[in-house]
Amino acid sequence: MSTRIENFEQLRQKYEECKRLVEVRADPDYDGDKKFILVCGGPGCVSLKSLQLVENFEKLIKEHGLENKVQASISGCFGFCEKGPLVNIFPENIFYVQVKPEDAKDIFEQHILNNKVVDRLVYIEPVSQKSMTDSLEMPFYKRQMRIALRNCGLIDPEIVEEYLGVGGYQSLAKVITQMTPEEAIEVMKRSGLGGRGGAGFSTGRKWEFGRMYKGDRKYVICNADEGDPGAFMDRAIMEGDAHSVIEGMAIAAYCIGADQGYVYIRAEYPQAVKRLQIAIDAARKLGLLGKNILGTGFNFDVDVRLGAGAFVCGEETALIQSIQGNRGEPTTKPPFPAERGLWQKPTVVNNVETLANVPVIFEKGPEWFAQIGTENSKGTKVFALAGKVNNVGLVEVPMGTTLRQLIFEIGGGVRDGGKFKAAQSGGPSGGCIPEQFLDTPIDYQSLSKIGSMMGSGGMIVMSDSDCMVNIARFYLEFVVEESCGRCVPCRIGTKRMLEILTDITKGKGTLDTLAELQSLAETIPDTALCGLGQTAPNPVLSTLRYFMDEYKAHVEEKRCPAGVCTDLLHYEILPEKCIGCTACARACPVSCISGSPKQAHVIDQEKCIKCGNCLQKCRFGAVIRK
Amino acid sequence: MTEQKSPCCTESNPGFIELDTYIDSLKIDPIDPERKEKLIMTLHKAQSIFGYLPAEVQKFIANRFAVSHAHVSGVISFYNYFTTTPKGKTKISICMGTACYVNGANKILQDFENALGIKAGQVTPDGRFSIETLRCVGACVLAPVVLVNDHVYGKVKQGQAEKIIEEYLVEYGEKVEEQ
Repeated sequence: MSTRIENFEQLRQKYEECKRLVEVRADPDYDGDKKFILVCGGPGCVSLKSLQLVENFEKLIKEHGLENKVQASISGCFGFCEKGPLVNIFPENIFYVQVKPEDAKDIFEQHILNNKVVDRLVYIEPVSQKSMTDSLEMPFYKRQMRIALRNCGLIDPEIVEEYLGVGGYQSLAKVITQMTPEEAIEVMKRSGLGGRGGAGFSTGRKWEFGRMYKGDRKYVICNADEGDPGAFMDRAIMEGDAHSVIEGMAIAAYCIGADQGYVYIRAEYPQAVKRLQIAIDAARKLGLLGKNILGTGFNFDVDVRLGAGAFVCGEETALIQSIQGNRGEPTTKPPFPAERGLWQKPTVVNNVETLANVPVIFEKGPEWFAQIGTENSKGTKVFALAGKVNNVGLVEVPMGTTLRQLIFEIGGGVRDGGKFKAAQSGGPSGGCIPEQFLDTPIDYQSLSKIGSMMGSGGMIVMSDSDCMVNIARFYLEFVVEESCGRCVPCRIGTKRMLEILTDITKGKGTLDTLAELQSLAETIPDTALCGLGQTAPNPVLSTLRYFMDEYKAHVEEKRCPAGVCTDLLHYEILPEKCIGCTACARACPVSCISGSPKQAHVIDQEKCIKCGNCLQKCRFGAVIRK
Repeated sequence: MTEQKSPCCTESNPGFIELDTYIDSLKIDPIDPERKEKLIMTLHKAQSIFGYLPAEVQKFIANRFAVSHAHVSGVISFYNYFTTTPKGKTKISICMGTACYVNGANKILQDFENALGIKAGQVTPDGRFSIETLRCVGACVLAPVVLVNDHVYGKVKQGQAEKIIEEYLVEYGEKVEEQ
C-alpha cells in the first residue's frame, strides 16, 4: 500500500484514493450508509480507559459482522478533557461525553444498530440545562477555531493515509514544485504568523534570516520541549497530528535550504515520541522525507532527539547544546541560531504549534490566515486551560478573544463555586492577571502590557482559595531548581528571591525584605543571560503589582488571607460549640488536642503542626481556622 | 586518549552486552566531532537497561564515545531525568505541575512520604518503593496526578495514598501492610 510517491501528480491521485478513508468523518455531504465511531485518545481520556472503549467497540462490530459498515478508531485530543472520555459518531455527528468502556454496548446497540441517541451519555449544558449532541453548539466549542488542532479529533494519527486523505502533504508539494524559497518565505511573512513558543517573533522573518546566512549545511529544529508545568498543547499536537508538524518542518527546510531536521522532544512524553517516530517512518516510506522528494531534487530528513528533563532546554541555544550532547546551558545571543546554531551552522528553531500552522497557510493562503486575529497578532492560539476552572481542556481561539470569554464562556467559570482571583499565563515566565483585566484581548502585546506574556499556552485559573504569595513562591522554586547555574543573576538572584518569599510565607518577612524582593525582581531581567532568567521574576513582579495587599497581610499582620500558608494558620476550638465527641483528638497526628469525653477540647498551640485534620473531622463547626 | 576495547566482556552484568550492541549500532566514529549528538540517547538507553547510571556504566559509555568520564558525568548531573542512584521497584511519581499544585499535590506528596517513611528522592530500605516529584505529565484534567510506574492515578484525594500503596504490596505477595 505504501509505495513511494514519485511526483505531485501521484500525490494528487493518492489524495483522491485516501479521501474515501475519511469521507464519513470529513465530508459534510457524505450520504452513504457507513458509520464511524471516533474515540478520543488524548492523555486525559486514555487515563480514563478510552483505549479499552475502542477495543470494546471493535469487538461488538466483529460480533455483528459489520466490519464493512461500521468502523471504530482512536484519534488525537478532542480538547474537552473535563468531560472525557469522549466519543463522536459520524456522519450524524453525535457527541457523547464521559463514556465508560462498558457503555460501548449501549451506544452500539441503541445508536449504531437502531439509530437511537443514547440520552444518558449526551452533554447537558449546565446553565441552560439543555442537552446538546452537536459539539459545535456547546459553549466550550462555540468560540473555538481549530487550525493548529484541525486534525486532532478527526484522523487516526498513526495512519498516514488518513492524513493524506485530509489533504496532507499537498502544501509541501505545492511549495517545492511551484514556488521558489523566496516566494514561500514571502507567503509566510504576509500571513503574519508569529512564534507560538511565546515570544511571537515573525516566523517568515526567522526563515528569511535562516536563508540569508550561508552554510554548507543548515538545520531545522522543532522545539517540542514543552517544559511549562501545566501546559500540554504541544503534546496534544504531536500525539494527534505529528504529520502536520513534519510537513511544516519540510517546508521550513526548503525555504532556508536545510536537508536535516531534528525534533527535540521531552522524554516525559513517551506516547508523543512513539507517534512521531511512526509518522517519520511512514513519511520516509512514501518518499515524503528522504532524498529527492517528489522528484524535485529536494532532500530532507528528520530525526528525533530526546530531552532529559531540563526546563532551560526550551531556550533555543540551550536546546542546541543539548542536541550536541552537552549540558543544556544557553549561549549568548548574538550570534543567533539563524547565523550560527547547531554545529555552528545556520539553524532555524520553531515551536510545534508554529509548525502545525504552516501547511494550512499554504493551503488556504496567507490572506485567509492574516484576517484571523488582531492587528498585530494573527491567527489562533492553543491554550491548555487548567487549575480551578470548570472545563479543563485544550482550546484554540482566535487571537483577540478576551480572557473573560476564554475562562468564563469556554472554561465555564471557576469550579466549586469559588471566586475568580487570577489567571496565570506563560508559566514560570509569565505573570498573574487579576480580575480587572479580564476583558483584555489575548494577543502578544496586550498580555505583556499587563505584566504577563502569551507564553507557550498554559493558562491556569486561580480562585480565592489560592494564596498569591505562595503561587509566586511555587514558580520561583521551579526556576531555582531549573536554573542551569551559568550566570550569577539567575543562579544566585532567584535563589535569594525564593528565600525571601519562603520567609514571607512563614511569617518572617519584613517590609525591608519585601523592598529587597522588589529590587531583585527588577534587576534580574536586565542582567540574566537567557530567557529563563530574564523572565523568571515575572510571577513575583505581577503579584507584587496586583496583590500587594496579600503580601502586606503576610508581612505586617502575619496572616494568610487565603488560608494556605500553614505557618500563619491558627486553629482553635470554640468551647461553646464543642460537644466533646473526641473525633478531633483521635484525628490529630501529634496528639496535641486534650479534653475528656463530653467536655470541650483544647488545642495545644505549641505542639500543633497545623495539618487541619481536626477541622475536617469536626461535624459541629467547633474547630475554626484563623 | 587512545580508544580501548570495551570492557563489556569482563563485566558480569548482561546489560553491558545489550548496551554494547546498541552503541555498535550507532556507528560512533571516535574522531567525528559530531559523535556526541548520540550521547544523550545512549544515556536514555543505558538507564532503561540498568534503571540508573552508576559510575561503571558512565565510564563504559565515556570510553565508547571517546569522551572524558567528566563530560558524561556532567551531562548526567545536568538533566533531571537521569539518576545515579537506583530507584525502587515500584516508582511513585507525584506531579508537581501548576495545575496539580493548585489542586493540592503537595498534600498528596506528604501523604505518600508519611505512609512510606521516606522523602521525595529516596528509596525505602527494602528497595521496593521510591518517591519522586515530576513536572507536568500533561494530564491536567486529572489533577492532582500520581504515577505509579506507568499507571496513572487521577484526582487523587488526601488519604488515598495508603490504599494505592496497598495495591502494590499485594503484588509483592503481602496481604496487609505491617504496623
